[in-house]
Amino acid sequence: MTDLLIRGADLIGRGRSDLLIRNGRFVDPADAGGDVEQLDADGLVALPGLVDLHTHLREPGREDAETVDSGTLAAARGGFTAVLAMANTTPVTDTAEAAEHVAALGARDGHAQVVPVGAVSKGLDGVELAELGLMSRSRAGVRMFSDDGHCVSDARLMRRALEYVRAFDGVIAQHAQDPQLAGPAACCHEGEISGKLGLPGWPGAAEASVVARDVQIAELTRSRLHICHVSCAETVDVIRWAKQRDINVTAEVAPHHLMLTTTEVLGYDPTYKVNPPLRPNEHVEAVQEALADGTIDAVATDHAPHARHDKEHAFAEAAFGMLGLETALAVVMETMINSGVLSWPELAKRMSITPAHIARLADQGRPLAEGEPANVVLVDPAARAVVDRAVSASLSRNNPWHGRELPDAVVATIWAGQVTYQKGQ
Amino acid sequence: MRHLLSAADLDRTQITEIFDLAEEMSLVQGRPVKKLPALRGRTVVNLFFEDSTRTRSSFEIAGKWLSADVINISAKGSSVSKGESLRDTVLTVAAMGVDALVIRHPASGAPWQASRWIDAHVLNAGDGTHEHPTQALLDAFTIRRHLRRSTPDLMSFDGQTVAIVGDITHSRVARSNVLLLTTLGARVILVAPPTLLPPAIDSWPVLTCTDFDEVLPHADIVMMLRVQRERMSGGYFPTPREYTMSYGLTRPRLEAMKPGAAICHPGPMNRGLEISADAADAANSLILDQVAAGVSVRMSVLFELLGGAE
Repeated sequence: MTDLLIRGADLIGRGRSDLLIRNGRFVDPADAGGDVEQLDADGLVALPGLVDLHTHLREPGREDAETVDSGTLAAARGGFTAVLAMANTTPVTDTAEAAEHVAALGARDGHAQVVPVGAVSKGLDGVELAELGLMSRSRAGVRMFSDDGHCVSDARLMRRALEYVRAFDGVIAQHAQDPQLAGPAACCHEGEISGKLGLPGWPGAAEASVVARDVQIAELTRSRLHICHVSCAETVDVIRWAKQRDINVTAEVAPHHLMLTTTEVLGYDPTYKVNPPLRPNEHVEAVQEALADGTIDAVATDHAPHARHDKEHAFAEAAFGMLGLETALAVVMETMINSGVLSWPELAKRMSITPAHIARLADQGRPLAEGEPANVVLVDPAARAVVDRAVSASLSRNNPWHGRELPDAVVATIWAGQVTYQKGQ
Repeated sequence: MRHLLSAADLDRTQITEIFDLAEEMSLVQGRPVKKLPALRGRTVVNLFFEDSTRTRSSFEIAGKWLSADVINISAKGSSVSKGESLRDTVLTVAAMGVDALVIRHPASGAPWQASRWIDAHVLNAGDGTHEHPTQALLDAFTIRRHLRRSTPDLMSFDGQTVAIVGDITHSRVARSNVLLLTTLGARVILVAPPTLLPPAIDSWPVLTCTDFDEVLPHADIVMMLRVQRERMSGGYFPTPREYTMSYGLTRPRLEAMKPGAAICHPGPMNRGLEISADAADAANSLILDQVAAGVSVRMSVLFELLGGAE
């Protein structure tokens, strides 16, 4: 295998240096021999490959919406070298065999590392624990468990799950949404706009009240709790309180919650129907601030591809979710870097180092240093482009960023020494 | 006017135009031959995704009296369960070459989505818990007629107080009426228990009150809303009895109304629940006038949308 020499990249915004990749790892650039491929990274920032804690790859089950192949190609285009594949597939990832199947699909088709997330409850039905231990001991090595799409609303089941996964350093990732406060018809943020549009909504309290309960259970059980897609100021307050008490809780925010607000739903376009819903601007500011100060630990895409026909129903009946992998870094740059709120090293923490640590991925989120696995993304901090939903590796087109100008961030993505994406090629 | 989706689409001049034309249209109702050639050769499809007797038949009669070809399509049941998307259904109907689609849908916003997919005119005949603009038009038209009995040259509703009483949260009639009546200058007071007032109601151009008896003596028009059956078991209020005692237009409340004030109800009524039989059939009840006005107003709206040169 030829060596790859990346010339003159700014390593995580800390200064320019060359990077030499040999056999999937970084080696001393001074060792570059004759047989070397070169990649000019002048003016580019090198970040450790991004890690997405929250991806819906849809395979097995909905291969018309996304596959492991197309989803991880989208990941590579977005600068990701690892994705956590959510369990709400068909069949649900709630057994060791199902987890190994997803891992095997990843090994076969993946353009990034595919790590299965196990379901907390059998069939995501919130009643009985799935085989958490067997999934953790399987070849898939599951460490993160989530009923995402559904809330683990039964407090006793949540307690048992948190207690049980302590045995193998697992983490429960909660989709916090009280099913009583967010009724079955709820489809957007409850507030001025939902009232005027006549759409049933759910308030921040439906999220924050579950988080408040769960951090108390995590304190009781001394377990690792992760809060998926924090969308509102109320939840931020609860997590801030919990961290002050040294409760072992981490949290993620989705890119769309960092920028888009409830006003997007004014035209009843189901592209903007997402769970948790887009919230008013004060919530967007609250989650941005929380991401900046570390109350929210990570950005996770909640990449949720849907076949076009599943989004062409009336708003209340259309599927929840939007694409995110290809645009996540651009959105975080736009909202956090370009406004000077976050530095490159902090961004690397939020999008690579910390998510890798939460998911216990040994080869991800590592320093760009000799001997480390060569997972790296090269970022152009200045280029911009108008997002075109037709230009995408995803099989789906529910792209809320279509027509918006954003940073045209990713120049190349390298996973385990292999170039998985290179702009213009 | 390309579509009629929201009562907010109309300014005071347009509303007055629709009303004046509706007055002319209403003359047809009294004739032995109830037919005008205005929309001959035009096709109007009533695309109803939800059961409705009065609105559908009102649109049907309105279209037929204008000589349009009127076709009723019932597409009940959720598009998700049928496997056909809303877009497919709308495109299929539009592909037959219709000039106007009158859409009733149980989901809020469906007519907005439809209007983006097709070239035909779209008329919102009630979308979910959002809007019902022709209902608001016929309500306001009825109110205008009522007010003109004492003030024949009345042009606006300035100085008039309209109380809308009941389940505001789930009422498309209330939303459209708030928009239309405030455009016409009326002061609107929404009366409901807090559980049936929409979120962020402070941002609406209305007053709200949870005490019907406090509002009643000030209202020139009392508009009662239907209580849907499913709300009765939804925990929005403890019992039908308590609802009637607190928010029903009972006989004692009928007697406490301001002299000259009138009663409206979009129908169908739950007699004994939100409105007593005494109130429904009272001399100052405009409820049947509303039904009659419905046809004239819808004729007027159909003509506004389809009658001009294309």
